[in-house]
Amino acid sequence: MTEKKGNIEIKNVSKVYPNGTVGLKDINLNIKQGEFVMIVGLSGSGKSTLLRSINRLHDVTDGEILIDGQDITKATGNKLHKIRRSTAMIFQNYNLVKTSSVYRNVMSGRVGYYPAWKAALGLFTKEDQEMVKTNLARVNLLDKYYVKARDLSGGQQQRVGIARAMMQEPSVILADEPVSGLDPKTTKLVMNDLKKLNEEDGMTIILNVHSIGLALKYSSRIVGLKEGRIIYDKPIAEVDKRDFKEIYREAGDDSSVEAGNDVEED
Amino acid sequence: MKQSIPKRPMMKEWHVIGFTIFLLLVFAVILSAQATGVGQDFSSEQFFDLWAKMANPDWSYIPDIITPLLQTIQMAIVGTLIGCVAAIPVALVSASNIVRNPYVRGVVRFIMNLVRSIPEMLLAALFVAVVGIGALSGVCALSVFSFGMMFKLLYEAIETVDQGPIEAMRAAGGNRNQVIVFAVIPQVLNQYLSFFLYTLEINVRASAVLGYLGAGGIGLYLNTTLEMFRYDRTAVVILGILVVVVLVDALSNKLREALS
Ligand SMILES: Nc1ncnc2c1ncn2[C@@H]1O[C@H](COP(=O)(O)OP(=O)(O)OP(=O)(O)O)[C@@H](O)[C@H]1O
Ligand SMILES: [Mg+2]
Repeated sequence: MTEKKGNIEIKNVSKVYPNGTVGLKDINLNIKQGEFVMIVGLSGSGKSTLLRSINRLHDVTDGEILIDGQDITKATGNKLHKIRRSTAMIFQNYNLVKTSSVYRNVMSGRVGYYPAWKAALGLFTKEDQEMVKTNLARVNLLDKYYVKARDLSGGQQQRVGIARAMMQEPSVILADEPVSGLDPKTTKLVMNDLKKLNEEDGMTIILNVHSIGLALKYSSRIVGLKEGRIIYDKPIAEVDKRDFKEIYREAGDDSSVEAGNDVEED
Repeated sequence: MKQSIPKRPMMKEWHVIGFTIFLLLVFAVILSAQATGVGQDFSSEQFFDLWAKMANPDWSYIPDIITPLLQTIQMAIVGTLIGCVAAIPVALVSASNIVRNPYVRGVVRFIMNLVRSIPEMLLAALFVAVVGIGALSGVCALSVFSFGMMFKLLYEAIETVDQGPIEAMRAAGGNRNQVIVFAVIPQVLNQYLSFFLYTLEINVRASAVLGYLGAGGIGLYLNTTLEMFRYDRTAVVILGILVVVVLVDALSNKLREALS
């Protein structure tokens, strides 16, 4: 394949949890390389389920998910690991090893590239050690190289998470509420880091948020979920703020829309 | 103020249940002492003779016990090392967050519980019978004992690690071994070293007595001096063991503090 990587095709995907809860219902979504898709929806609408199906942290019940043409829902073993390597994930609670250094945490993004015994002995190549420095510098944390992850602030930990994701050299980044729990200023830092990856490196980004304001500001496309179904899907140019009143009203909650209005533009 | 703490029922107020259990326990102790005949053939003469001799230790015996004392420590270290290393893969296989298959885990845990249920002294006696008298059987007994002990401590530590990094490593494309190296080991390493030292402490004590059964080390001297009624020398042996145990404990405690 000569075309750029980072295309995702979700076809007729449904997910029912073992306890009978419907997570996703007949999802069809075509995401092209370089898009910055934000997924909005109420709590429990299936945002995390969708994201986690894309890298198969969850198995879907039905349908297929093609990542650059390869169906991850049926991949096993090495093939599955390779696909996952190309789709990095960023987590709401950062998921760093708290007692390890920032260096070690960032390096762990290369997990899929080293046989276990080599990693155990810390036999990382010169290039990869340089790559750690480069990626830490990109998120402005090079000075924290030796610091233990638990001694960093939430925002710093999340940016270490981003540096770790970059170590995978992914074509897709999946981010599940990466900025919940961060203050507005730190949120901006993290979102700008992601924006840079999207614009400069052409990575496809799929990001779950609760804040409509953030979605309006950063995304190139907004997808709305409700009870496991897609009920909204528009490129940013066609999005009207009033649309969200529609999405959220039924739950009797439009505070997110209000919050969206006071995010300053620059 | 209308509110007040609700009154406890009588039973709870006077701790009736606890008190009853206590009385029953006292009763059981008295009964079982009578049944087993504890303290019936106690000779106070022999008792005082032992103490009198022990009170005058034969210090010239010290050079003789240095080598066996060192051997005891060596046995403990080698046994702990073998057992604790062998426990790693087994503990991983038993941890529910590493191996999903409950049957595999169940079988391994069942076997390990059997292993752990054998008392150390019985292990030593078994190995003396199989391997023969000497330090090797002591090392074997200590290895098996450490294996069982480290297994339990370690798999419980592994099961309580933060799941987040494990998930992150899976999402990054790691296979099981890679996930273990990157997400599990860093989280349990310090605990593992601490458990190792703890096991070593216990093994030093145990190996001091193992020789009593012919499994090498200082215990043999305990045995011979007692049999020859040389309680003055027994005193030196016991003091020697005491010094070693205290030293090892102190060192291990210092290291473990540094680890936590
Ligand atoms: N492991 C699970 N087992 C059973 N049901 C689950 C599981 N995980 C999620 N669900 C259910 O699936 C539905 C979708 O959950 P999901 O976590 O995807 O929502 P979400 O949109 O990410 O919500 P939030 O905004 O609160 O993170 C919910 O009804 C939830 O209760
Ligand atoms: Mg969620």
